[in-house]
Amino acid sequence: MKNVLHHRRTWAWPYLLFLVLLVVLPLCLIGIYAFTDMDGEFTLKNFVMFFNKSEAVNTLIYSIAIAMITTIICLLLGYPAAYIMAMKSFRTPEVMALLFILPMWINFLLRTIATVELFHMLNLPLGEGALLFGMTYDFLPFMIYPIYNTLQKMDLSLIEAARDLGANRFQVFTKVILPLSVPGIYSGIVMVFMPTVSTFAISELLTLNKITLFGSLIQRSFGEGGITMWNYGAALSLLMLIIIGATSFFGNQDEASENMVR
Amino acid sequence: MGKKQLLSEKRSFLERALGRGYLYLLLFVLYVPIVLIIIFSFTQSKVLGNWTGFTFSLYQNLFTGYDLNANVRVDPNLYRAIGYTGLIAVAAAAISTFLGTLAAIGIYNMNARHRKGMMFLNSIPMINPDILTGISLFLLFVFLGISRGLATVLIAHVVFCTPYVVLSVMPRLTQMNPNIYEAALDLGATPMQALRKVLLPELRPGMISGFILSLTLSIDDFGVTFFTKGSGGLETLSTFIYADARKGGLTPELRPLFSLIFLTILVLLIITNVRAYRQKNKLNQ
Repeated sequence: MKNVLHHRRTWAWPYLLFLVLLVVLPLCLIGIYAFTDMDGEFTLKNFVMFFNKSEAVNTLIYSIAIAMITTIICLLLGYPAAYIMAMKSFRTPEVMALLFILPMWINFLLRTIATVELFHMLNLPLGEGALLFGMTYDFLPFMIYPIYNTLQKMDLSLIEAARDLGANRFQVFTKVILPLSVPGIYSGIVMVFMPTVSTFAISELLTLNKITLFGSLIQRSFGEGGITMWNYGAALSLLMLIIIGATSFFGNQDEASENMVR
Repeated sequence: MGKKQLLSEKRSFLERALGRGYLYLLLFVLYVPIVLIIIFSFTQSKVLGNWTGFTFSLYQNLFTGYDLNANVRVDPNLYRAIGYTGLIAVAAAAISTFLGTLAAIGIYNMNARHRKGMMFLNSIPMINPDILTGISLFLLFVFLGISRGLATVLIAHVVFCTPYVVLSVMPRLTQMNPNIYEAALDLGATPMQALRKVLLPELRPGMISGFILSLTLSIDDFGVTFFTKGSGGLETLSTFIYADARKGGLTPELRPLFSLIFLTILVLLIITNVRAYRQKNKLNQ
């Protein structure tokens, strides 16, 4: 049967135009600016400048390392939390899940500042430790939620079958539950790694500007340096775009975006 | 065997207690900074963590715009920031909901290949971190010679909100029975009437959740706003807080403001969840 709604496909055209003009074209502009100088001539000097500055390269490596450590901490803390919630240790797991998501509705800058004040109150120094704590604090819900979702959708008869066939509880976990939750783990890793590797404002607040992350480096080239640094900043942004692209290939993005909407 | 028994069998009391304890500990740490903000909204001191006695004066200052104790006005930029945050959030959410719903209907009716392509394009703004969305739009506005301000911030917010509307409306379309729409046409409804009376009511829940999601995304955004607001003095709450924190010392009236926002959201979430829970129970009966 012919779909009577078929002619309605034209309704997506405004959005297609919108996406091309405001998403695709701007991303292409990053590439164009990265490979040109201020006069619009083709050049590689923006990248040469970056790779010659060991300080800048180290910042990139350091930012990736910090993002990886944050992601691992979130996974180690978040997986058990999601597991405990999904395994119905509570009469109302929905409420528990909600409690973990609720802090995300508070402005993240304000939450970060409250964390800074907490460190002040406890007389703890700001720096790397505060940075890791603050980022874990900000992004932990992004790890718990997708894992919780996949665990919850799991077909429980598989566990039952494994038990019947003689698996002990440890084997059930390592051979059935853990492999089945891998999509959720991938989503969680992507959803934590991407914002942490690209973060720029909270690192300044959490380390009193002592530690510069790659995101702040990009931000500065568009701020303080004025127009002269834009091409350099675009080159750095392109590097960031490559990292993000590589990460999203690693994770199953359909799953990740699906988890974000739920 | 029930779901519950299966998973909780052979689970000792100690094990369950440990599990619960772990979750409560995580929640405790997660909520300490928030509780801190709420507690210190009831005292007057400039800095958080310095308790100078219980008082509602910060709430009073927030609502009157005047600090009676220090005899100064509360920073007027705060109110402007609140106004702009609300204006941008509502406008961006409304535009995104319209554009996204239209797009979802269109994409749903495409063939599989085109649909896949559109969904890929749709996912780019969601994958892109805010710094890249911000910078790419910044370069676009510079390239086109558009001066940055309210309009550019609004456009930027529509860019990162609309994909979520598309994703919230899409499942409603795929779950809908297409015969209902056809039946309406067969029974003499014009396409416009069928759209209004059949299609839109089906899509409404998706549109509402897309709208709410857009509101929260817009209110919470910092990165994209930061790069698209220009230097004309336009601030949203996020950029206001950032500028404030960098100056050192946060405007104390932010504490009661965020306590109120948090409580509002808490109440709204409880209401919507209780409602969803009741509906689920009704369906199960």
